[in-house]
Amino acid sequence: MTTLAPKSEAELAEMVADAAGRGAPLEVTGGRTRQGLGRPVQAEATLSTRGISGISLYEPGALTLVVKAGTPVSEVEETLAAEGQMLPFEPMDHRAILRSEGEPTIGGMVACAVSGPRRLKAGACRDSMIGVRLVDGEGTVIKNGGRVMKNVTGYDLVKLMAGSYGTLGVLTEIGFKVLPKPQAEITLKATGLDDAKAVGAMAEALGSPFDVSGAAHIGAGASDAVTQIRIEGLTESVTYRSQELIDLLGADWTAHEGTDSARAWEAIKNVTPLADREGAVWRVSVKPSDGPNLIAALREKIDVDAVVYDWGGGLVWLATPEEGDLGAVELRVQTAALGGHATLIRASAVSRAAVDVFDPEPAPLQRISAGLRAKFDPKGILNPGRMRA
Amino acid sequence: MEMPKPNAETLARKAEIVAKLQEILGPDGVIHVDEELRAYECDALTAYRCPPLAVVLPATTEEVADVLKACADENVPVVPRGAGTSLAGGSLPTADSVILGVSRMNQVLEVDYPNRVVRVQTGMTNLAVTDAVQVEGFFYAPDPSSQLACAIAGTIAMNSGGAHCLKYGVTTNNLMGVTLVTTEGEIVEIGGAHLDAAGYDLLGLICGSEGQLGIVTEATLRILAAPEGARPVLMGFDTAETAGACVADIIKSGVIPVAIEYMDRHVIHASEKHASAGYPLDVEALLIVEVEGSDAEIEEQLTTIKAVAEQHNPMTLRESTSEAESKAIWLGRKSAFGAMGQLGDYICLDGTVPVSTLPEVLRRTTELSDQYGLKVGNVFHAGDGNLHPLIIHDANKPGDLEKAEALGADLLRLCVDVGGCLTGEHGVGVEKRDLMTHQYADADLEAQMDVKDVFDPAWILNPAKVFPLATSQSRRG
Repeated sequence: MTTLAPKSEAELAEMVADAAGRGAPLEVTGGRTRQGLGRPVQAEATLSTRGISGISLYEPGALTLVVKAGTPVSEVEETLAAEGQMLPFEPMDHRAILRSEGEPTIGGMVACAVSGPRRLKAGACRDSMIGVRLVDGEGTVIKNGGRVMKNVTGYDLVKLMAGSYGTLGVLTEIGFKVLPKPQAEITLKATGLDDAKAVGAMAEALGSPFDVSGAAHIGAGASDAVTQIRIEGLTESVTYRSQELIDLLGADWTAHEGTDSARAWEAIKNVTPLADREGAVWRVSVKPSDGPNLIAALREKIDVDAVVYDWGGGLVWLATPEEGDLGAVELRVQTAALGGHATLIRASAVSRAAVDVFDPEPAPLQRISAGLRAKFDPKGILNPGRMRA
Repeated sequence: MEMPKPNAETLARKAEIVAKLQEILGPDGVIHVDEELRAYECDALTAYRCPPLAVVLPATTEEVADVLKACADENVPVVPRGAGTSLAGGSLPTADSVILGVSRMNQVLEVDYPNRVVRVQTGMTNLAVTDAVQVEGFFYAPDPSSQLACAIAGTIAMNSGGAHCLKYGVTTNNLMGVTLVTTEGEIVEIGGAHLDAAGYDLLGLICGSEGQLGIVTEATLRILAAPEGARPVLMGFDTAETAGACVADIIKSGVIPVAIEYMDRHVIHASEKHASAGYPLDVEALLIVEVEGSDAEIEEQLTTIKAVAEQHNPMTLRESTSEAESKAIWLGRKSAFGAMGQLGDYICLDGTVPVSTLPEVLRRTTELSDQYGLKVGNVFHAGDGNLHPLIIHDANKPGDLEKAEALGADLLRLCVDVGGCLTGEHGVGVEKRDLMTHQYADADLEAQMDVKDVFDPAWILNPAKVFPLATSQSRRG
């Protein structure tokens, strides 16, 4: 397959316009590490944003960063770290779970709306986004938002782009609100809690004034269950709050600092407990208190391997055998009953073409989504089939 | 303010349309008598007024759906209205429009502490949400100055912010789900008590769409555990530039306060008279910086912040010493707009600029104020560069309002020119509609209008807002 590798937004726009003119579908990529998310795309050529790279603007005093889409996430994180700052939403690296190679880019991260454990406190990727530039399916350059933190000028197309998997436009530049890196972090751990007890403890911590920035539970499987709660901030404050939380939750919680703490969250962020397991991997979003019930109900119907709960129990990662519909029908019946949605994250291309990767939408929303797609990409050339058949 | 010419046929059929609406809502749910319609002829942007054809006050989502269906059938424009507190004319009617007010839908539907969410009807006021959950130590974070009166519906339509959104984000960051009624009268659920709705981020699109994409009748909102305590510190400076530089340095220091509010001399004096907060009266610029936590945590943060401030030679640097004093400090800030009203009529602007340009923008504001011969008070959310210049004028003096509007437009263009935007939290409404072309190129506006086409193909919802009339002409039919 041909690879188009534009070096500038203008060049990219020309290439898209040309493809639109010929009705030639394009597979839009960044660093190719998340190519396994969504459905497989049938395209004539690959359009890579990797060559449109670099930090356009960084003002630490204004907590503002504007960066081109092809910039590696690692480069952005290093630049921010040099000023003691960070991307607030702690983006997941999909390489372990998807067994992919390459360098994750900012554009890919935004297109797939990737967040991590801190999402429950600091908001998702889309919540930190303050501006976008994109090229629509006809090759027109569009901008929305800007470089300031508060902006309600016109409709918020910035958020619409987050999680649109390159089907509404090719992102070329994104603006972010960033945050100071916390001075210190402590993780409280408890082992051997059953899922319901763990989620109860996490709810208690999250409902306290102690500003929890991570709450996850690795369900019992090959090893004992581990529940972990993170506090971040100024050093003395972190010590104080961790003590208050131990008083609240009980003496069987132990405090872990520094790299010990950081490593525990790296594992949750990248869902490493599931990375080496066989089978399909699903990501389910439900009300936190429903997480354990969902798994219990599912286990009565299908085989569910290792389970990792993040976001206080509301984000449930699970593995199912890669056979039949991968448990899709049962999963979606159960999540729909509770209110929530399930996304297929890892499966073979054949499975991802056969099973709905994203929850089917009710008719009125389906019409709106299709309408948006028809407006932003009238020829249907951008990542056709990536989100829906 | 140019508005589309009302449809003469619709005006002539008023009785018929009212009867149809009464069939849906009963006689109590429809206001149609001229004297009673007066109450709805404007919102908080009182310079522009136009009584609507009728006002409907549905009590349920189903009634909203039926009304929208009826209005679509009759091709009658619908102007959604929360509490009518928009400063941008976001719910200014046209003579041929029906105002759809959500004020009768003001109930809390569900409070769920373990999952930290509430489900409310959107006619509820912003502050009432916090009132409903504070007994258990929770609060709803967005806190616009109008929070006592403004409806959740309006805060969603305008994506409202407030003083404390530096830490907690604006409405869109605290909104988890909505019940949306489409122009076709369909009822759809987007998002809910779980995080991150499936599919395209329609929730993000609807929040801040100024009531032009559908009517939001219910909302799931994130609530947060209240911090153990909070304490503001007052910092006074001899120049605006020094205060602006201090703001950037505080943010760079690694401590993010919950709020950094700025007031200039005009506003300090007017607010002090009103609130007796002990504001220093000899300074040109005052910052209110608030941090949260336990007493020890507050001390830890304030030590850093005060050290930063000391480097800028503050004329005043004073921590609040009591709950009562903190209350007075915030009362002064929150009533600043009202207090400025004592100096004359005013227009309240709402632009955002990059924090690094604050000193330059404040200097240019003074120059423009002198040039126009109109006093401008500055009170704003400095941490995120969200300015609220107040242009004082005399509405009864011929030409003064027009002069103030011209100055306002110049100030907003200045915001855009330094890299900012026309509106940070009030919305475009009719007020900033015609300036949109200064911030956005044609293609940028086309993309936004494409979205409107998808949700509201007949362009019935909230006519004549957001987009310049000439720009939207061909789509409005």
